[in-house]
Amino acid sequence: MQTHIDNSAMQEPRSRRTILKWSGATFATVALAGGLLPNFGISSALAADLGEGDVGILNYAYALEQLEAAFYTKVITSPYSDMPDAEKMALTDIRDHEVAHRDFLKKALAEKAIPDLEVDFSKVDFTKRESVLGTAKVFEDLGVSAYNGAGKLIKNPDYLLAAGKIVSVEARHAATIRDLLQPESVAFAGPDVIDKNGLDGAKPPAEVLKAAGPFIKTEVTANSIVGMN
Amino acid sequence: MNTQSILGQLDPELVSRLVGNRRGLFASAAKSLGIFASAPLVLAAASTEVFAAGLPKQIVDTLNFALTLEHIEDAFYRSALEKDFIPKEHKEVFNIIGLHEAQHVKFLTGALGAAAVKRPEADFTAGGKYADVFSNFETFLTLSQTFEDLGVAAYKGQAGNLMENGDILTAALQIHSVEARHAAIVRRIGGKKAWDSAFDEPKTMDEVLAAAKPFLKA
Repeated sequence: MQTHIDNSAMQEPRSRRTILKWSGATFATVALAGGLLPNFGISSALAADLGEGDVGILNYAYALEQLEAAFYTKVITSPYSDMPDAEKMALTDIRDHEVAHRDFLKKALAEKAIPDLEVDFSKVDFTKRESVLGTAKVFEDLGVSAYNGAGKLIKNPDYLLAAGKIVSVEARHAATIRDLLQPESVAFAGPDVIDKNGLDGAKPPAEVLKAAGPFIKTEVTANSIVGMN
Repeated sequence: MNTQSILGQLDPELVSRLVGNRRGLFASAAKSLGIFASAPLVLAAASTEVFAAGLPKQIVDTLNFALTLEHIEDAFYRSALEKDFIPKEHKEVFNIIGLHEAQHVKFLTGALGAAAVKRPEADFTAGGKYADVFSNFETFLTLSQTFEDLGVAAYKGQAGNLMENGDILTAALQIHSVEARHAAIVRRIGGKKAWDSAFDEPKTMDEVLAAAKPFLKA
């Protein structure tokens, strides 16, 4: 059988290297057989790489928390004009939580932390309630599904617990933002996020990074996270 | 409850990813029924055990602990929704919370198969302490928040015990965040903040069972 090609390396998920180019304008996922193909175009000197194993997952969470913290900081420093007091209180608490999450992860990662990311909120109109809360809803639901999807990739039970302590607060945020947008309705846990088994979302890192990509200018690579997709 | 119909109602994709090692399953079902059991009977028994079979004891115990809590929540909202004391503007919220709890019961029962614990007998008045739980909305809200926050802390505390099976861990996390959404809305309806702080704390199994005990009949 001369047509037989040994491509077992290509099919073995554990040997797969996933390269993510995560930037405002472009996004590409390239699965490579470990070391067989060149790491084309993405230089580690020019990009923030999340790292491997639990460090990679924590940096992934740290990137998302940086994004959320930057967003709510801007929401509070330039609030939309008709922001009611109760809403300002809730959004200020949420900002404080995201900053605490970001700082917690940065401290846990220490010298392994990725650098500060440059964000891009040019698509958000901070003067409009609908634009701000609509973006907040996307970020919170995305955060919940990101932690839910990443839990099984974590090896150290202490980190899993830490992620658990964060994710349920993100879910409380998500429910609150949804309630602000559609009060007295099922929206806080609506059928658009909760499936017929009563389960919330769980997304793999590649899908989450793709959704977050347009809000982040810094090029972020995930060269070594197993289970990206 | 008919487990086969429960399996039939689960998302097929989810069923397929939850089903782990089936090896030896049919053999063990045949053995427990005796060698004279008819083939259809063996298959029926095997299908009810398909999830629990091959799961380590630690995971079965943890899922049964979760199922017990879901049973309590499910019974709580069922009892409340039979009565007519929840203000109209909040009815929709408690309807969907009740629906989710019923879905969680069904899901966990399906995952555990024959190993699933039975619904415990509940007393939501806690021996008379909350006598008006199903007539006074404030009392109901207090207990609803208690159960939801307790559920969040309980799942969080058990995550480490499910690490051996990534798919089951993911499903538990997916329930965990739904409980947190419930807790948030119930707190908001009660005029409270949806959170205590930036980090939610876990509770151990013993702590959770101690908190639930007043609501269980001895």
